[in-house]
Amino acid sequence: MDIHEYQAKERFLAAGIPVPPGEIATTPDEAESIASKYGGPVMVKAQVHTGGRGKAGGVKYAKDAAEAREHATKILGMDIKGLRVEKVLVTPAEDIDTEAYVGVLIDRSTQSATFMVSAAGGMDIEQVAETQPDAIRRLAVDPRYGLLPHQAYWLANFLYEDPGLVKQASKAIAQLYRSFVDSGASMTEINPLITTPDGKVKAIDAKMSIDDNELFRRPEVAAMRDSSSEPPSETKAREAGLSYVKLDGSVGCCVNGAGLAMATMDLVKYYGGEPANFLDIGGSSNPDKVVSALEIITSDPNVRAILFNIFGGITRCDDVANGIVEATQRIDMKVPIVIRLTGTNEEKALEILEDAGFSAYTSMDDVVEKAVQLANG
Amino acid sequence: MSIFIDSDTKLVVQGITGRDGSFHTRQMIEYGTQVVAGVTPGKGGQSFDGPDGVEVPIFNSMDRAVAETGANTSVIYVPPAFAGDAILEAADSGVHLVVAITEGVPVLDMARAHAFARDKGVRILGPNCPGLISPGKSKVGILPAQIVAEGPIGVVSRSGTLTYEAVFQLTSVGLGQTTCVGIGGDPLIGTNFIDCLAAFEADPDTTAIVMIGEIGGTDEQDAATYVNAELSKPVVGFIAGQTAPPGRRMGHAGAIISGSAGTAEEKMKAFEDNGIAVAKRPADIVGLIQDALG
Repeated sequence: MDIHEYQAKERFLAAGIPVPPGEIATTPDEAESIASKYGGPVMVKAQVHTGGRGKAGGVKYAKDAAEAREHATKILGMDIKGLRVEKVLVTPAEDIDTEAYVGVLIDRSTQSATFMVSAAGGMDIEQVAETQPDAIRRLAVDPRYGLLPHQAYWLANFLYEDPGLVKQASKAIAQLYRSFVDSGASMTEINPLITTPDGKVKAIDAKMSIDDNELFRRPEVAAMRDSSSEPPSETKAREAGLSYVKLDGSVGCCVNGAGLAMATMDLVKYYGGEPANFLDIGGSSNPDKVVSALEIITSDPNVRAILFNIFGGITRCDDVANGIVEATQRIDMKVPIVIRLTGTNEEKALEILEDAGFSAYTSMDDVVEKAVQLANG
Repeated sequence: MSIFIDSDTKLVVQGITGRDGSFHTRQMIEYGTQVVAGVTPGKGGQSFDGPDGVEVPIFNSMDRAVAETGANTSVIYVPPAFAGDAILEAADSGVHLVVAITEGVPVLDMARAHAFARDKGVRILGPNCPGLISPGKSKVGILPAQIVAEGPIGVVSRSGTLTYEAVFQLTSVGLGQTTCVGIGGDPLIGTNFIDCLAAFEADPDTTAIVMIGEIGGTDEQDAATYVNAELSKPVVGFIAGQTAPPGRRMGHAGAIISGSAGTAEEKMKAFEDNGIAVAKRPADIVGLIQDALG
């Protein structure tokens, strides 16, 4: 789960990291009054879950409150990479001497939280990693000890020469690790971590993604979810316990298992179609889940055909077939459905489906080809 | 032969009295797995009624279960909130393999568990995995036993049902398996492709290997390099997620393209560059294996 910049800054502040003040505005009026409260120049920053806000015109410098109002008028409601801006952060503009990058993420190869720091701040760190790998210092944190003080110091020494700045940065790095762990994050970054002409280190931008598996034990973090930043169908899927990602194609996919779901989408493409979604319906034959899945898929107006691909292992195919039949009787279907079931008791399942008037298949290729034909035809 | 589990596997089930734990314990006993103990804190002294009159003693803790039954492998069905601790307890109990089925374990809990298990020299499989099965010998986890058969193919995969799909197709044409291993869909897993490839290479009964990967991370790329350098046996590969958009988690916590890294294209290319036959569709896996076996 991604959280907004202003929310990540709240987490940072709670850990003691120096973050400039800031408030959220949802209207130009609010933006103006926040800016006039701060007095001097401010930044008006779109709060959306994507990078590249600056390039898209979603981050603006305003010399005074009137200009903050103008910028807020333009930015609020703006579309950035398909996401509508509902909120802006208004924060005093800082005088910047240098910009550095400090990030922590879960690294698969070291199986631990890993720091990356660079004096080349303000840039896309992936790009830095590619073009100047020596400009990044990395440290895998041993989960048994956490980040040790001398390690934070070692990272900070890579950013600055000045002992005063190194001291402030090591403290901020240690606090960032604490914030990462206490938030149950999978990634967090300060980009940039700035120094000011008067010798202060500050975090002026903040990013954080939370490990979804942590949410059950961190209600205060879970409460930061902004459902307005995702398609309503994805909110509904999450509430129904389904794993769903909306795409742009016309073949609705309903599959049990994430790997098989991805392979099914790939096969749709292979046969000349475009998948409308990723959807993992899980291992059960519960008709309620099938109903939710069908409601979510059919709420997408691009969907022209629906494809079920179910591998019956422990869950028997005939049970799944009964679940599908019952579910489709409960909702009004306007697009054709084709179904493929294979595995345990597949013959019985085919009989059940054919008796209910469905086209049923046992071959994955056959059913995908048919679904693509229906969607494109 | 087989890898990681065989007829000498003596299994303890952590979370044996839960809904999933009890269901799959029955399935494992029916398949012939030696389930020697169960652990549920607070239910020690009771016993679990398995099929065919089998009674499995339940203990309060892993150390007691291992001390009294000689269990050498554990399987974990406990809920995500307690799974991290259950893995640590298992790794400290004397078993040499811990199979963590649970999906949804916080990744920071796993970072700690993996570090602890490495220190103890214990292998973790998973979490968020279907487990493994050595046909005719033992099954640990949730793989459906009906779709496997004894034979010469080793199967390793990050997926569940996609693996079943491939295994079912192999079995349908008479190609049985030495062992089918699901390594799990999480970002931090205890046993990776290379661990399984090395074990299959060392297993004299395995003659060819099917490796099923997906988007996210670089495990497949590393495995491809390893195959080129170390393996004498033919490998057929498949990668799921060619149509997955970047930055979105595709069901599995680990199935996410970060920036430009971890795409299906990059993994398929790594396979091809290193002599692994790439199946474009799941249905092509069987044909490629038959070609490889000549």
